[in-house]
Amino acid sequence: MLTITQALVDQIVAHARKDHPDEACGVVAGPAGSDRPERFIPMLNAAMSPTFYEFDSGDLLKLYREMDDRDEEPVVIYHSHTATEAYPSRTDISYANEPGAHYVLVSTADTDGLGDFQFRSYRIVEGEVTEEEVTVVETY
Amino acid sequence: MAIEVRIPTILRTYTDGQKAVEGTGDTLAELFADLETRHTGIQARIVDGGELRRFVNVYLNDEDVRFLDGINTKVADGDNVTILPAVAGGMA
Repeated sequence: MLTITQALVDQIVAHARKDHPDEACGVVAGPAGSDRPERFIPMLNAAMSPTFYEFDSGDLLKLYREMDDRDEEPVVIYHSHTATEAYPSRTDISYANEPGAHYVLVSTADTDGLGDFQFRSYRIVEGEVTEEEVTVVETY
Repeated sequence: MAIEVRIPTILRTYTDGQKAVEGTGDTLAELFADLETRHTGIQARIVDGGELRRFVNVYLNDEDVRFLDGINTKVADGDNVTILPAVAGGMA
């Protein structure tokens, strides 16, 4: 189960909306071992694509150095799908390399309507996807 | 002296959980072959068909080796090598 604050959910959704129609991506880091997402870190999608995302390699190194120095880990790795549902694609699954992370997917496919904005979370371990419940709280 | 190699979480199963290991070689290709002798299986996760895997980033002293000589990049004692899988995906 992913437990996350409303403020972080709002930040992730706002980032996804801002970058639409390109895919948005980023991380919410938290203290190592805590499973508590705390620090919102929007990343640049180096692919600048509506169908693909990739963290810039220089930014990626900086991000991991910084998390290492602060004794953090990527608790949430999020990205948006801009034309399809918020479910991991085959590409997402084959490049998922953080078995400890919650992979959050938001879909901006419905930004023109008033339908539910999809915000879903998954574990992706060795190619296997498991959807999990998302609990949104005011504070931890 | 040796070359320090920082290992990402996903590959620590090959290094008994160690965050960093040491190796030797004149190029990255040689360094990864050297790591393979002690950490069986790690090389195939980084190298495929004699080239770096597309979605594995390797940095030599903070520089992405794709902007150097890729797998043939020269390395020397005292260098730091960092391996990080790309964070990537998409709807396709």
